[in-house]
Amino acid sequence: MTAYTAAELMVTAAARKIRNGEIVFVGMRLPLLGFLLAKCTHAPRAVGVYELGIVRDNPSPRPILTMGDLPNLYQAAWLADTGDAMALLQQGAVDISFIGGAQIDRYGNLNTTVIRSSNGIRTRLPGSGGACDLACLAGRHMIIMAHEKRRFVARVDYVTSPGFGRGSGWRQQRGLPRGGPAGVITTLGCFSFDPQTREMVLDSVHPDVDLETIQAHTGWPVAVSDRLETTPAPTDEELAILRRFDPDGYWTGPRRTENA
Amino acid sequence: MPESKLMTMVEAVDRFVPDGSEIALGCGLETCIPFSAGHELMRQKKRRLALIGPISDMLFDQLVGAGCADRIRAAWVGNVITGSGYNFRRAVESGAIDVEDHTNLTITMGLRAGAAGVPFMPTLTALGSDLLSTNSQLKEMVCPFTGGPLVAVRAIRPDVAIISVQRAAASGGAHAWGNLGVSREACMASRQVIIVAEEIVPEDTICSDPNRILLPSFRVGAVVHEPWSAHPSPMPGFYNRDHQVFLDYQQASKTPPGFAEWFSRWVVGVASRTEYLDLLGNDRQRQLMITHSAPSVPVDYGY
Repeated sequence: MTAYTAAELMVTAAARKIRNGEIVFVGMRLPLLGFLLAKCTHAPRAVGVYELGIVRDNPSPRPILTMGDLPNLYQAAWLADTGDAMALLQQGAVDISFIGGAQIDRYGNLNTTVIRSSNGIRTRLPGSGGACDLACLAGRHMIIMAHEKRRFVARVDYVTSPGFGRGSGWRQQRGLPRGGPAGVITTLGCFSFDPQTREMVLDSVHPDVDLETIQAHTGWPVAVSDRLETTPAPTDEELAILRRFDPDGYWTGPRRTENA
Repeated sequence: MPESKLMTMVEAVDRFVPDGSEIALGCGLETCIPFSAGHELMRQKKRRLALIGPISDMLFDQLVGAGCADRIRAAWVGNVITGSGYNFRRAVESGAIDVEDHTNLTITMGLRAGAAGVPFMPTLTALGSDLLSTNSQLKEMVCPFTGGPLVAVRAIRPDVAIISVQRAAASGGAHAWGNLGVSREACMASRQVIIVAEEIVPEDTICSDPNRILLPSFRVGAVVHEPWSAHPSPMPGFYNRDHQVFLDYQQASKTPPGFAEWFSRWVVGVASRTEYLDLLGNDRQRQLMITHSAPSVPVDYGY
Protein backbone atom coordinates (compact mmCIF):
# COMPACT_ATOMS: atom_id res chain seq x y z
CA MET A 1 0.00 0.00 0.00
CA THR A 2 1.19 3.50 -0.82
CA ALA A 3 2.31 5.78 2.03
CA TYR A 4 0.03 8.79 2.54
CA THR A 5 -0.14 12.01 4.56
CA ALA A 6 -2.62 12.96 7.29
CA ALA A 7 -4.16 15.49 4.90
CA GLU A 8 -4.67 12.81 2.24
CA LEU A 9 -6.42 10.60 4.79
CA MET A 10 -8.66 13.51 5.83
CA VAL A 11 -9.57 14.49 2.26
CA THR A 12 -10.39 10.89 1.46
CA ALA A 13 -12.61 10.58 4.54
CA ALA A 14 -14.36 13.82 3.51
CA ALA A 15 -14.87 12.72 -0.09
CA ARG A 16 -16.54 9.51 1.07
CA LYS A 17 -19.22 11.57 2.83
CA ILE A 18 -20.46 12.90 -0.53
CA ARG A 19 -23.22 10.74 -2.00
CA ASN A 20 -23.66 10.34 -5.71
CA GLY A 21 -25.95 13.01 -7.17
CA GLU A 22 -25.69 15.36 -4.21
CA ILE A 23 -25.34 19.14 -4.50
CA VAL A 24 -22.10 20.02 -2.70
CA PHE A 25 -21.18 23.52 -1.54
CA VAL A 26 -17.42 23.40 -2.03
CA GLY A 27 -15.34 25.47 0.38
CA MET A 28 -11.74 26.60 0.29
CA ARG A 29 -8.72 24.36 0.85
CA LEU A 30 -9.11 20.59 1.44
CA PRO A 31 -12.79 20.48 0.37
CA LEU A 32 -11.75 21.61 -3.12
CA LEU A 33 -9.88 18.32 -3.43
CA GLY A 34 -12.50 16.29 -1.59
CA PHE A 35 -15.13 17.25 -4.15
CA LEU A 36 -12.85 16.39 -7.09
CA LEU A 37 -11.97 13.04 -5.52
CA ALA A 38 -15.64 12.16 -4.97
CA LYS A 39 -16.48 13.17 -8.57
CA CYS A 40 -13.78 10.89 -9.91
CA THR A 41 -14.69 7.88 -7.75
CA HIS A 42 -18.07 7.03 -6.23
CA ALA A 43 -20.02 10.25 -6.90
CA PRO A 44 -19.70 11.13 -10.61
CA ARG A 45 -23.11 12.86 -10.61
CA ALA A 46 -22.28 15.20 -7.70
CA VAL A 47 -22.60 18.92 -8.50
CA GLY A 48 -20.31 21.56 -6.95
CA VAL A 49 -21.45 25.06 -5.93
CA TYR A 50 -18.74 27.64 -5.15
CA GLU A 51 -19.32 30.90 -3.28
CA LEU A 52 -17.68 32.99 -6.02
CA GLY A 53 -20.77 32.24 -8.13
CA ILE A 54 -19.68 29.04 -9.87
CA VAL A 55 -21.55 25.76 -10.38
CA ARG A 56 -19.64 22.79 -11.84
CA ASP A 57 -20.80 19.32 -12.77
CA ASN A 58 -17.46 18.24 -14.24
CA PRO A 59 -13.99 18.38 -12.72
CA SER A 60 -11.80 21.31 -13.76
CA PRO A 61 -9.58 20.37 -16.72
CA ARG A 62 -6.42 21.25 -14.80
CA PRO A 63 -5.36 21.19 -11.15
CA ILE A 64 -6.41 24.29 -9.22
CA LEU A 65 -5.06 25.79 -6.02
CA THR A 66 -8.18 27.81 -5.35
CA MET A 67 -11.73 28.03 -6.68
CA GLY A 68 -11.08 31.27 -8.56
CA ASP A 69 -8.41 29.69 -10.76
CA LEU A 70 -9.53 30.02 -14.37
CA PRO A 71 -9.67 26.26 -15.10
CA ASN A 72 -12.46 26.16 -12.48
CA LEU A 73 -14.49 28.57 -14.66
CA TYR A 74 -13.91 26.67 -17.90
CA GLN A 75 -17.10 24.97 -19.15
CA ALA A 76 -18.81 25.55 -15.81
CA ALA A 77 -22.46 24.53 -15.47
CA TRP A 78 -23.23 28.11 -14.40
CA LEU A 79 -21.23 31.29 -13.90
CA ALA A 80 -23.27 33.74 -11.89
CA ASP A 81 -23.23 35.90 -8.78
CA THR A 82 -22.32 35.09 -5.20
CA GLY A 83 -25.96 35.89 -4.41
CA ASP A 84 -27.04 33.09 -6.74
CA ALA A 85 -24.79 30.51 -5.07
CA MET A 86 -26.00 31.67 -1.66
CA ALA A 87 -29.62 31.57 -2.88
CA LEU A 88 -29.24 27.89 -3.78
CA LEU A 89 -27.98 27.38 -0.24
CA GLN A 90 -30.72 29.43 1.44
CA GLN A 91 -33.55 27.75 -0.50
CA GLY A 92 -32.35 24.35 0.72
CA ALA A 93 -30.87 23.01 -2.52
CA VAL A 94 -27.45 22.21 -1.02
CA ASP A 95 -27.13 18.72 0.49
CA ILE A 96 -23.68 18.88 2.03
CA SER A 97 -20.87 21.32 2.67
CA PHE A 98 -17.48 21.35 4.36
CA ILE A 99 -16.04 23.96 6.70
CA GLY A 100 -13.10 24.32 9.05
CA GLY A 101 -12.37 26.32 12.16
CA ALA A 102 -9.84 27.50 14.70
CA GLN A 103 -11.93 26.41 17.72
CA ILE A 104 -14.69 23.84 18.12
CA ASP A 105 -16.76 22.65 21.08
CA ARG A 106 -18.53 19.35 21.75
CA TYR A 107 -21.70 20.54 19.95
CA GLY A 108 -19.83 21.44 16.80
CA ASN A 109 -20.01 25.23 17.24
CA LEU A 110 -17.11 26.78 15.34
CA ASN A 111 -15.05 29.93 15.80
CA THR A 112 -13.12 31.49 12.92
CA THR A 113 -13.45 35.09 14.13
CA VAL A 114 -11.50 35.83 17.29
CA ILE A 115 -9.52 34.12 20.06
CA ARG A 116 -10.04 36.14 23.20
CA SER A 117 -7.69 36.69 26.13
CA SER A 118 -8.68 37.75 29.65
CA ASN A 119 -8.22 41.40 28.70
CA GLY A 120 -9.34 41.53 25.09
CA ILE A 121 -8.33 40.05 21.76
CA ARG A 122 -5.53 37.51 21.62
CA THR A 123 -5.78 36.61 17.94
CA ARG A 124 -7.99 38.07 15.25
CA LEU A 125 -8.89 35.42 12.65
CA PRO A 126 -10.13 36.02 9.07
CA GLY A 127 -13.86 35.73 9.91
CA SER A 128 -16.83 33.80 8.57
CA GLY A 129 -16.57 34.07 4.82
CA GLY A 130 -19.34 31.67 3.83
CA ALA A 131 -18.85 29.35 6.80
CA CYS A 132 -21.68 30.72 8.94
CA ASP A 133 -24.05 30.53 5.95
CA LEU A 134 -23.11 26.90 5.31
CA ALA A 135 -23.46 25.94 8.96
CA CYS A 136 -26.91 27.59 9.08
CA LEU A 137 -28.36 26.59 5.74
CA ALA A 138 -26.82 23.46 4.18
CA GLY A 139 -28.67 20.17 4.51
CA ARG A 140 -25.70 18.98 6.56
CA HIS A 141 -22.09 20.07 6.95
CA MET A 142 -18.85 18.29 7.66
CA ILE A 143 -16.13 19.95 9.72
CA ILE A 144 -12.49 19.39 8.85
CA MET A 145 -9.81 20.62 11.26
CA ALA A 146 -6.54 20.01 13.06
CA HIS A 147 -7.02 18.16 16.35
CA GLU A 148 -5.26 20.12 19.09
CA LYS A 149 -6.21 20.88 22.67
CA ARG A 150 -6.22 24.64 22.07
CA ARG A 151 -8.74 24.06 19.27
CA PHE A 152 -10.99 21.43 20.87
CA VAL A 153 -12.26 23.55 23.72
CA ALA A 154 -15.06 23.31 26.27
CA ARG A 155 -16.52 26.59 25.01
CA VAL A 156 -15.59 28.52 21.87
CA ASP A 157 -14.74 32.20 22.34
CA TYR A 158 -17.11 33.26 19.55
CA VAL A 159 -19.75 31.32 17.62
CA THR A 160 -19.02 32.14 13.98
CA SER A 161 -20.75 29.06 12.57
CA PRO A 162 -23.44 27.47 14.72
CA GLY A 163 -23.41 23.74 15.28
CA PHE A 164 -25.94 22.29 17.70
CA GLY A 165 -25.60 25.27 20.05
CA ARG A 166 -26.11 23.88 23.55
CA GLY A 167 -27.53 20.54 22.42
CA SER A 168 -30.84 18.95 21.54
CA GLY A 169 -33.51 21.23 20.09
CA TRP A 170 -31.32 24.34 20.03
CA ARG A 171 -31.26 24.82 16.25
CA GLN A 172 -35.06 24.63 16.00
CA GLN A 173 -35.42 27.10 18.88
CA ARG A 174 -33.15 29.56 17.12
CA GLY A 175 -35.17 29.27 13.92
CA LEU A 176 -32.52 27.62 11.80
CA PRO A 177 -34.44 25.99 8.95
CA ARG A 178 -32.46 22.76 8.70
CA GLY A 179 -29.09 21.12 8.92
CA GLY A 180 -26.36 20.94 11.50
CA PRO A 181 -22.95 19.30 11.60
CA ALA A 182 -22.97 15.68 10.45
CA GLY A 183 -19.41 14.92 11.49
CA VAL A 184 -15.92 16.14 12.25
CA ILE A 185 -12.83 14.85 10.47
CA THR A 186 -9.67 15.70 12.38
CA THR A 187 -5.98 14.93 12.10
CA LEU A 188 -6.56 12.13 14.67
CA GLY A 189 -10.00 10.65 14.06
CA CYS A 190 -13.57 10.95 12.79
CA PHE A 191 -16.61 11.97 14.86
CA SER A 192 -20.35 12.06 14.34
CA PHE A 193 -23.02 13.68 16.54
CA ASP A 194 -25.34 11.76 18.86
CA PRO A 195 -28.91 12.05 17.49
CA GLN A 196 -30.31 12.66 21.00
CA THR A 197 -27.75 14.71 22.89
CA ARG A 198 -26.15 16.28 19.80
CA GLU A 199 -22.72 15.77 21.37
CA MET A 200 -19.70 14.77 19.34
CA VAL A 201 -19.03 11.00 19.40
CA LEU A 202 -15.78 9.38 18.30
CA ASP A 203 -16.50 6.87 15.52
CA SER A 204 -13.01 6.05 14.28
CA VAL A 205 -9.39 6.67 15.10
CA HIS A 206 -6.85 7.11 12.33
CA PRO A 207 -4.26 4.33 11.88
CA ASP A 208 -1.54 4.50 14.57
CA VAL A 209 -3.55 6.90 16.75
CA ASP A 210 -4.88 5.71 20.14
CA LEU A 211 -7.79 6.82 22.28
CA GLU A 212 -5.53 8.35 24.93
CA THR A 213 -3.98 10.65 22.36
CA ILE A 214 -7.40 11.82 21.24
CA GLN A 215 -8.55 12.45 24.82
CA ALA A 216 -5.30 14.31 25.59
CA HIS A 217 -5.99 16.67 22.68
CA THR A 218 -9.65 17.27 23.52
CA GLY A 219 -10.89 19.78 26.09
CA TRP A 220 -13.85 17.70 27.33
CA PRO A 221 -14.43 14.01 28.14
CA VAL A 222 -14.68 12.33 24.74
CA ALA A 223 -17.77 10.21 24.10
CA VAL A 224 -16.77 7.06 22.23
CA SER A 225 -18.94 4.94 19.95
CA ASP A 226 -19.64 1.32 20.98
CA ARG A 227 -18.45 0.37 17.53
CA LEU A 228 -15.18 2.30 17.43
CA GLU A 229 -13.26 1.58 14.24
CA THR A 230 -10.00 2.45 12.57
CA THR A 231 -10.43 5.07 9.83
CA PRO A 232 -10.00 3.29 6.50
CA ALA A 233 -6.79 4.31 4.72
CA PRO A 234 -7.00 5.89 1.26
CA THR A 235 -6.82 3.35 -1.54
CA ASP A 236 -4.12 3.50 -4.20
CA GLU A 237 -6.75 4.72 -6.66
CA GLU A 238 -7.82 7.56 -4.34
CA LEU A 239 -4.22 8.59 -3.74
CA ALA A 240 -3.46 8.60 -7.46
CA ILE A 241 -6.43 10.90 -8.11
CA LEU A 242 -5.53 13.24 -5.24
CA ARG A 243 -1.99 13.54 -6.54
CA ARG A 244 -3.24 14.29 -10.02
CA PHE A 245 -5.25 17.23 -8.66
CA ASP A 246 -2.63 18.38 -6.13
CA PRO A 247 0.56 17.47 -8.00
CA ASP A 248 2.89 19.58 -5.86
CA GLY A 249 1.28 18.59 -2.58
CA TYR A 250 0.29 22.20 -1.83
CA TRP A 251 -2.76 21.11 0.18
CA THR A 252 -1.93 17.48 0.96
CA GLY A 253 1.87 17.45 1.33
CA PRO A 254 4.61 17.20 2.33
CA ARG A 255 4.51 13.55 1.37
CA ARG A 256 8.05 12.52 2.25
CA THR A 257 7.85 12.51 6.06
CA GLU A 258 4.46 11.11 7.00
CA ASN A 259 3.96 7.42 6.28
CA ALA A 260 1.10 5.05 6.85
CA MET B 1 -20.86 60.62 -29.33
CA PRO B 2 -21.61 60.04 -25.65
CA GLU B 3 -19.47 61.85 -23.12
CA SER B 4 -16.08 60.23 -22.50
CA LYS B 5 -15.35 59.25 -18.92
CA LEU B 6 -11.83 58.07 -19.69
CA MET B 7 -9.23 59.27 -17.23
CA THR B 8 -6.05 58.06 -15.59
CA MET B 9 -6.11 56.01 -12.39
CA VAL B 10 -4.40 58.91 -10.61
CA GLU B 11 -7.20 61.25 -11.61
CA ALA B 12 -10.05 58.78 -10.93
CA VAL B 13 -8.83 57.99 -7.43
CA ASP B 14 -8.11 61.64 -6.70
CA ARG B 15 -11.54 62.79 -7.88
CA PHE B 16 -13.82 60.03 -6.66
CA VAL B 17 -12.24 58.68 -3.48
CA PRO B 18 -11.87 61.44 -0.89
CA ASP B 19 -10.52 60.55 2.55
CA GLY B 20 -13.22 58.96 4.68
CA SER B 21 -14.97 57.25 1.75
CA GLU B 22 -16.77 53.94 2.07
CA ILE B 23 -15.36 51.93 -0.79
CA ALA B 24 -16.37 48.55 -2.26
CA LEU B 25 -13.41 46.60 -3.62
CA GLY B 26 -12.68 43.03 -4.60
CA CYS B 27 -16.26 42.28 -5.47
CA GLY B 28 -15.26 39.20 -7.50
CA LEU B 29 -14.02 37.63 -4.23
CA GLU B 30 -10.97 35.96 -5.81
CA THR B 31 -11.13 37.06 -9.43
CA CYS B 32 -10.80 40.54 -11.01
CA ILE B 33 -9.65 42.21 -7.80
CA PRO B 34 -8.65 45.82 -8.58
CA PHE B 35 -5.14 45.67 -7.11
CA SER B 36 -3.92 48.54 -9.30
CA ALA B 37 -6.60 50.84 -7.88
CA GLY B 38 -5.77 49.71 -4.36
CA HIS B 39 -2.11 50.54 -4.92
CA GLU B 40 -3.01 54.00 -6.20
CA LEU B 41 -5.14 54.57 -3.07
CA MET B 42 -2.00 53.75 -1.07
CA ARG B 43 0.24 56.02 -3.16
CA GLN B 44 -2.18 58.92 -2.69
CA LYS B 45 -2.12 58.21 1.07
CA LYS B 46 -5.89 57.95 1.38
CA ARG B 47 -6.96 57.86 5.01
CA ARG B 48 -9.97 56.73 7.12
CA LEU B 49 -11.45 54.62 4.33
CA ALA B 50 -14.09 52.02 5.16
CA LEU B 51 -13.42 48.90 3.06
CA ILE B 52 -16.47 46.95 1.92
CA GLY B 53 -16.36 43.52 0.29
CA PRO B 54 -16.99 39.84 0.96
CA ILE B 55 -13.48 38.38 0.56
CA SER B 56 -11.08 40.75 -1.08
CA ASP B 57 -8.25 38.24 -1.02
CA MET B 58 -5.15 40.09 0.21
CA LEU B 59 -5.99 43.59 -1.08
CA PHE B 60 -7.69 44.63 2.18
CA ASP B 61 -4.65 43.47 4.15
CA GLN B 62 -2.42 45.67 1.97
CA LEU B 63 -4.65 48.73 2.42
CA VAL B 64 -4.74 48.19 6.18
CA GLY B 65 -0.95 47.84 6.27
CA ALA B 66 -0.60 51.11 4.37
CA GLY B 67 -2.75 52.89 6.95
CA CYS B 68 -5.54 53.75 4.50
CA ALA B 69 -8.44 52.19 6.40
CA ASP B 70 -9.96 52.55 9.82
CA ARG B 71 -13.01 50.33 9.25
CA ILE B 72 -13.75 47.09 7.45
CA ARG B 73 -17.18 45.75 6.57
CA ALA B 74 -16.46 42.26 5.26
CA ALA B 75 -17.09 38.53 5.59
CA TRP B 76 -13.45 37.42 5.54
CA VAL B 77 -10.12 39.22 5.49
CA GLY B 78 -6.90 37.36 4.76
CA ASN B 79 -4.97 35.67 1.99
CA VAL B 80 -7.11 33.01 0.32
CA ILE B 81 -4.46 30.34 -0.28
CA THR B 82 -2.43 30.96 2.89
CA GLY B 83 -4.91 32.04 5.57
CA SER B 84 -4.38 34.98 7.93
CA GLY B 85 -3.76 38.54 6.81
CA TYR B 86 -1.06 39.76 9.14
CA ASN B 87 -1.59 43.53 8.80
CA PHE B 88 -5.30 42.97 9.43
CA ARG B 89 -4.49 40.90 12.52
CA ARG B 90 -2.07 43.46 13.90
CA ALA B 91 -4.46 46.33 13.27
CA VAL B 92 -7.47 44.65 14.91
CA GLU B 93 -5.46 43.32 17.82
CA SER B 94 -4.02 46.79 18.52
CA GLY B 95 -7.43 48.46 18.16
CA ALA B 96 -6.38 50.50 15.11
CA ILE B 97 -9.37 49.41 13.00
CA ASP B 98 -12.97 48.42 13.60
CA VAL B 99 -14.49 45.37 11.95
CA GLU B 100 -18.13 44.87 11.05
CA ASP B 101 -18.28 41.09 10.72
CA HIS B 102 -20.47 39.76 7.93
CA THR B 103 -21.02 36.45 6.19
CA ASN B 104 -20.91 36.12 2.42
CA LEU B 105 -24.70 36.05 2.43
CA THR B 106 -25.22 39.01 4.77
CA ILE B 107 -22.82 41.29 2.87
CA THR B 108 -24.52 40.27 -0.38
CA MET B 109 -27.93 41.05 1.11
CA GLY B 110 -26.70 44.39 2.51
CA LEU B 111 -25.46 45.44 -0.91
CA ARG B 112 -28.60 44.06 -2.56
CA ALA B 113 -30.74 46.19 -0.22
CA GLY B 114 -28.60 49.20 -1.11
CA ALA B 115 -28.97 48.34 -4.80
CA ALA B 116 -32.73 47.91 -4.51
CA GLY B 117 -33.30 51.11 -2.56
CA VAL B 118 -34.82 49.42 0.48
CA PRO B 119 -33.63 49.79 4.10
CA PHE B 120 -32.83 46.11 4.63
CA MET B 121 -33.07 42.62 3.21
CA PRO B 122 -34.13 39.53 5.19
CA THR B 123 -32.14 36.29 5.35
CA LEU B 124 -32.19 33.00 7.24
CA THR B 125 -28.45 32.98 7.88
CA ALA B 126 -26.56 33.87 11.07
CA LEU B 127 -29.39 32.84 13.42
CA GLY B 128 -27.72 31.54 16.58
CA SER B 129 -24.33 33.01 15.70
CA ASP B 130 -22.43 35.67 17.64
CA LEU B 131 -22.41 37.89 14.55
CA LEU B 132 -25.83 39.05 15.67
CA SER B 133 -24.38 40.43 18.90
CA THR B 134 -21.22 42.01 17.46
CA ASN B 135 -22.55 43.50 14.21
CA SER B 136 -25.16 46.21 14.81
CA GLN B 137 -26.16 46.11 11.14
CA LEU B 138 -27.72 42.67 11.62
CA LYS B 139 -30.98 42.49 13.59
CA GLU B 140 -33.17 39.55 14.36
CA MET B 141 -36.78 40.19 13.32
CA VAL B 142 -40.07 38.35 13.06
CA CYS B 143 -41.32 37.48 9.59
CA PRO B 144 -44.58 39.41 9.03
CA PHE B 145 -46.02 36.48 7.07
CA THR B 146 -44.88 33.31 8.85
CA GLY B 147 -44.03 34.63 12.30
CA GLY B 148 -40.69 32.86 12.12
CA PRO B 149 -37.32 34.46 12.92
CA LEU B 150 -35.32 36.24 10.22
CA VAL B 151 -32.16 38.30 10.17
CA ALA B 152 -32.51 41.78 8.70
CA VAL B 153 -29.35 43.07 7.05
CA ARG B 154 -29.22 46.83 6.89
CA ALA B 155 -28.66 48.33 3.45
CA ILE B 156 -25.06 49.09 2.49
CA ARG B 157 -24.54 52.13 0.26
CA PRO B 158 -20.84 52.51 -0.57
CA ASP B 159 -19.67 55.93 -1.69
CA VAL B 160 -17.76 54.31 -4.51
CA ALA B 161 -17.21 50.88 -6.05
CA ILE B 162 -14.06 50.10 -8.02
CA ILE B 163 -14.53 47.20 -10.42
CA SER B 164 -11.95 45.60 -12.72
CA VAL B 165 -13.47 44.28 -15.95
CA GLN B 166 -12.36 42.89 -19.27
CA ARG B 167 -13.49 45.70 -21.56
CA ALA B 168 -15.31 49.00 -21.51
CA ALA B 169 -16.25 51.86 -23.78
CA ALA B 170 -15.35 55.46 -22.99
CA SER B 171 -18.96 56.18 -21.98
CA GLY B 172 -18.80 53.69 -19.11
CA GLY B 173 -20.54 50.69 -20.69
CA ALA B 174 -18.56 47.71 -19.42
CA HIS B 175 -18.49 44.01 -20.22
CA ALA B 176 -17.65 41.61 -17.41
CA TRP B 177 -17.69 37.85 -17.59
CA GLY B 178 -16.69 34.92 -15.44
CA ASN B 179 -17.98 34.59 -11.89
CA LEU B 180 -19.15 38.03 -10.84
CA GLY B 181 -19.25 37.68 -7.04
CA VAL B 182 -21.10 40.73 -5.70
CA SER B 183 -20.02 43.06 -8.53
CA ARG B 184 -23.54 43.70 -9.79
CA GLU B 185 -24.95 44.50 -6.33
CA ALA B 186 -21.94 46.67 -5.43
CA CYS B 187 -22.21 48.70 -8.65
CA MET B 188 -25.91 49.32 -8.21
CA ALA B 189 -25.61 50.10 -4.48
CA SER B 190 -22.74 52.57 -4.85
CA ARG B 191 -23.14 56.30 -5.38
CA GLN B 192 -20.18 56.33 -7.75
CA VAL B 193 -18.52 53.62 -9.87
CA ILE B 194 -14.99 53.50 -11.26
CA ILE B 195 -14.53 50.94 -14.04
CA VAL B 196 -10.98 49.70 -14.65
CA ALA B 197 -10.73 47.95 -18.03
CA GLU B 198 -8.18 45.69 -19.62
CA GLU B 199 -9.25 47.03 -23.02
CA ILE B 200 -11.07 50.12 -24.24
CA VAL B 201 -13.38 49.18 -27.11
CA PRO B 202 -15.82 51.07 -29.38
CA GLU B 203 -19.36 51.72 -28.09
CA ASP B 204 -20.67 49.32 -30.74
CA THR B 205 -18.76 46.41 -29.24
CA ILE B 206 -20.42 46.97 -25.88
CA CYS B 207 -23.89 47.53 -27.38
CA SER B 208 -23.58 44.34 -29.41
CA ASP B 209 -23.96 42.26 -26.24
CA PRO B 210 -26.13 44.11 -23.73
CA ASN B 211 -26.64 41.10 -21.44
CA ARG B 212 -22.96 41.26 -20.59
CA ILE B 213 -23.06 44.94 -19.52
CA LEU B 214 -22.43 45.27 -15.78
CA LEU B 215 -24.58 48.36 -15.17
CA PRO B 216 -26.07 51.23 -17.16
CA SER B 217 -23.34 53.62 -18.23
CA PHE B 218 -25.12 56.62 -16.70
CA ARG B 219 -24.15 55.17 -13.30
CA VAL B 220 -20.43 55.12 -14.12
CA GLY B 221 -18.26 58.06 -13.10
CA ALA B 222 -14.89 57.09 -14.52
CA VAL B 223 -13.35 54.62 -16.94
CA VAL B 224 -9.68 53.82 -16.49
CA HIS B 225 -7.72 51.91 -19.09
CA GLU B 226 -5.25 49.78 -17.19
CA PRO B 227 -4.13 46.36 -18.51
CA TRP B 228 -3.27 43.78 -15.82
CA SER B 229 -5.17 45.86 -13.24
CA ALA B 230 -6.15 42.72 -11.32
CA HIS B 231 -2.72 41.06 -11.12
CA PRO B 232 -1.99 38.88 -9.11
CA SER B 233 -5.68 37.86 -9.14
CA PRO B 234 -6.97 36.29 -12.36
CA MET B 235 -8.88 38.02 -15.16
CA PRO B 236 -11.01 35.57 -17.21
CA GLY B 237 -10.06 35.71 -20.87
CA PHE B 238 -6.76 37.49 -20.15
CA TYR B 239 -4.46 36.09 -17.46
CA ASN B 240 -4.25 33.46 -14.74
CA ARG B 241 -3.76 33.85 -11.01
CA ASP B 242 -0.14 34.50 -9.97
CA HIS B 243 0.01 32.22 -6.92
CA GLN B 244 3.64 33.01 -6.16
CA VAL B 245 2.82 36.66 -5.42
CA PHE B 246 0.33 35.56 -2.76
CA LEU B 247 2.93 33.23 -1.21
CA ASP B 248 5.64 35.92 -1.30
CA TYR B 249 3.28 38.48 0.23
CA GLN B 250 2.44 36.13 3.08
CA GLN B 251 6.13 35.89 3.98
CA ALA B 252 6.74 39.62 3.52
CA SER B 253 3.75 40.76 5.57
CA LYS B 254 4.52 38.64 8.64
CA THR B 255 6.39 41.56 10.24
CA PRO B 256 5.93 45.34 9.91
CA PRO B 257 9.47 45.80 8.50
CA GLY B 258 8.83 43.02 5.97
CA PHE B 259 5.62 44.71 4.89
CA ALA B 260 7.38 48.10 4.69
CA GLU B 261 9.95 46.59 2.35
CA TRP B 262 7.24 45.03 0.14
CA PHE B 263 5.36 48.36 0.17
CA SER B 264 8.37 50.44 -0.83
CA ARG B 265 9.21 48.07 -3.69
CA TRP B 266 5.82 47.26 -5.20
CA VAL B 267 3.67 50.29 -4.31
CA VAL B 268 5.57 53.54 -3.70
CA GLY B 269 8.57 52.27 -5.65
CA VAL B 270 6.51 52.48 -8.85
CA ALA B 271 4.59 55.49 -10.10
CA SER B 272 1.98 53.61 -12.10
CA ARG B 273 0.71 50.22 -13.18
CA THR B 274 3.02 50.40 -16.21
CA GLU B 275 6.06 50.66 -13.95
CA TYR B 276 4.67 47.85 -11.79
CA LEU B 277 4.47 45.63 -14.87
CA ASP B 278 8.03 46.55 -15.86
CA LEU B 279 9.13 45.46 -12.40
CA LEU B 280 7.14 42.23 -12.71
CA GLY B 281 8.79 41.50 -16.05
CA ASN B 282 7.64 40.28 -19.44
CA ASP B 283 8.57 36.68 -18.77
CA ARG B 284 6.32 36.51 -15.73
CA GLN B 285 3.44 38.05 -17.67
CA ARG B 286 3.92 35.57 -20.51
CA GLN B 287 3.74 32.67 -18.07
CA LEU B 288 0.41 33.93 -16.74
CA MET B 289 -1.32 34.58 -20.07
CA ILE B 290 -4.12 32.17 -20.88
CA THR B 291 -2.88 29.40 -23.16
CA HIS B 292 -6.17 27.59 -23.74
CA SER B 293 -8.46 30.06 -25.47
CA ALA B 294 -12.17 29.21 -25.25
CA PRO B 295 -14.39 31.83 -26.91
CA SER B 296 -18.16 31.50 -26.61
CA VAL B 297 -20.49 31.26 -29.58
CA PRO B 298 -22.03 34.68 -30.43
CA VAL B 299 -25.74 35.21 -29.77
CA ASP B 300 -28.21 37.09 -31.97
CA TYR B 301 -29.93 40.22 -30.59
CA GLY B 302 -31.58 41.06 -33.92
CA TYR B 303 -35.17 42.05 -34.57
